[in-house]
Amino acid sequence: MIQFDAVHKRFPNGTTAVHDLSLQMPEGGVTVLVGSSGCGKTTTLRMINRMVEPTSGTIQVGGKDVTRQDAAELRRSIGYVIQQAGLFPHRTVLDNIATVPLLLGWSRRRARTKAAELLETVGLPADTGRRYPHQLSGGQQQRVGVARALAADPPVLLMDEPFGAVDPVVRTQLQDELLRLQKELSKTIVFVTHDVDEAVRLGDQIAIFRTGGHLVQCAAPAELLARPADDFVADFLGAERGLKLLSLKTLAEVPQGPAPEGGPWSLVLDEANRPVHWASKDAEIPVRPLRDGDSLLAALNESIASPTGLIARVDATGVLSGVTSRDDIHQHAGQAHTEARVTA
Amino acid sequence: MYELFKNLGAWLVGSEQWTGPDGIAHRLAEHLQYSLLATLIAAAIGLPLGLLIGHTGKGAFVAINLASFGRALPTVGLVVLVFLAGGLSMLPVYVALVALAVPAIVTNTYAGMTAVDPDVKDAARGQGMRGHQVLLQVELPLALPLIMTGLRLALIQVVATATIAAYVSFGGLGRYVFDGLAQRDLVQVLGGAVLVAVVAVILDLALSGLQRFLFRHRTA
Repeated sequence: MIQFDAVHKRFPNGTTAVHDLSLQMPEGGVTVLVGSSGCGKTTTLRMINRMVEPTSGTIQVGGKDVTRQDAAELRRSIGYVIQQAGLFPHRTVLDNIATVPLLLGWSRRRARTKAAELLETVGLPADTGRRYPHQLSGGQQQRVGVARALAADPPVLLMDEPFGAVDPVVRTQLQDELLRLQKELSKTIVFVTHDVDEAVRLGDQIAIFRTGGHLVQCAAPAELLARPADDFVADFLGAERGLKLLSLKTLAEVPQGPAPEGGPWSLVLDEANRPVHWASKDAEIPVRPLRDGDSLLAALNESIASPTGLIARVDATGVLSGVTSRDDIHQHAGQAHTEARVTA
Repeated sequence: MYELFKNLGAWLVGSEQWTGPDGIAHRLAEHLQYSLLATLIAAAIGLPLGLLIGHTGKGAFVAINLASFGRALPTVGLVVLVFLAGGLSMLPVYVALVALAVPAIVTNTYAGMTAVDPDVKDAARGQGMRGHQVLLQVELPLALPLIMTGLRLALIQVVATATIAAYVSFGGLGRYVFDGLAQRDLVQVLGGAVLVAVVAVILDLALSGLQRFLFRHRTA
């Protein structure tokens, strides 16, 4: 666990970057720090590994005050990923990943073996290891950055806008990968972003900062979206925050029934009973089938696009399991909102 | 004019010119010895200075101004000054050549250090490298292309200027220039000048080639 107690940071030029911050970042969870630029989120992150020293207050990682530890040793025990990856351009990918193990005094062979393992963990082909950073795409470089941070298996991972410089498609992939990794590794992750959607996707809790380094609200994504503490938070989350909340709920609990027969539109299946499209006398509209794990937001989107208002639902193998009506989705969406407002 | 170049050609290839204590081979060896030693001393002074300033970011103003001051110093004047103060030895020559070489080395080393991507330095510290590890494992290797450029420029300048050793009675290729002037032997003067120029150009090309080879994996 990472604990901030009454932490202040004033820079020599007089600006206050972080104002009286008390915050807990739970072990094994992802805490996302969001806010517009200059709100102190990056400074907050960098105080954890002493890249920035607090002016007053204490920061503990795993119960130990960070300022009482040797800064370099502390940093070796904490994974650190930055925007643009910050890879060493003169070292191969493998040697980049092996940085911290080598600093910790591992043998070169052991460090390289571990680095090769990590290439696979972050989804890069083995031959990437011999290449130089400038030979990789931005997304690949970012993966190497994550691998480098994981190399010595630190319990804590600090990520400073790690996916800020890659295109939206790659960014979504990297987010998926991070969620998958986190399921396996259960690191305590502190993640800085200014992208609300990214925060909602990745965060177990989200801390929203306002200019001047004030923490405005820290809560689970659902609670934050349903009950923003004030207008600032509501504005920051955006007008579609109601829909964003639906992105956190899955279809699993929404009932489904058999596909209707008769009527102008019918659902056409292939020989393996997988939905293909809706067909009428003179038109075919493709179907994007959804699974139980898909979000209510995706279901709502699909039901609006469907000519019948029905979404096709499939099991893990893609075989049709039933259909759900727009009304049922709406009702559950409404319920999700009510629950989020009442509980938590 | 044609006659002059013909004589110059004959002088340069004449076998008697290349041998003996006053031969080109020997003078060339002397010249290179002065130049390399002066550049080496300059590197021993300039490199640590440039690295220190670049790493800490402190003292840049003073050092860069000292460096331009050094550049503006008239070399012959310096030789005469140290000669008057300390008497006849190679010392005045080395002092002048080192003073000439240090600025190029300091400024290029410093420029190389400041050109290192701040994100990369930040990442290096963030991974847990100590100051000297950041310097030796990240900043120095990344600054190396520009550092080598500085050393190359310094060496070329020194080679071109080392003729002044002959001005205070020592050897090197300057011997031909000063002796030629004293004897009103224009061919000899030209021969010495051409040799110096050729040596400088060859060194420059060879070192640029070496740099390109060593840093072929680097992007711009």
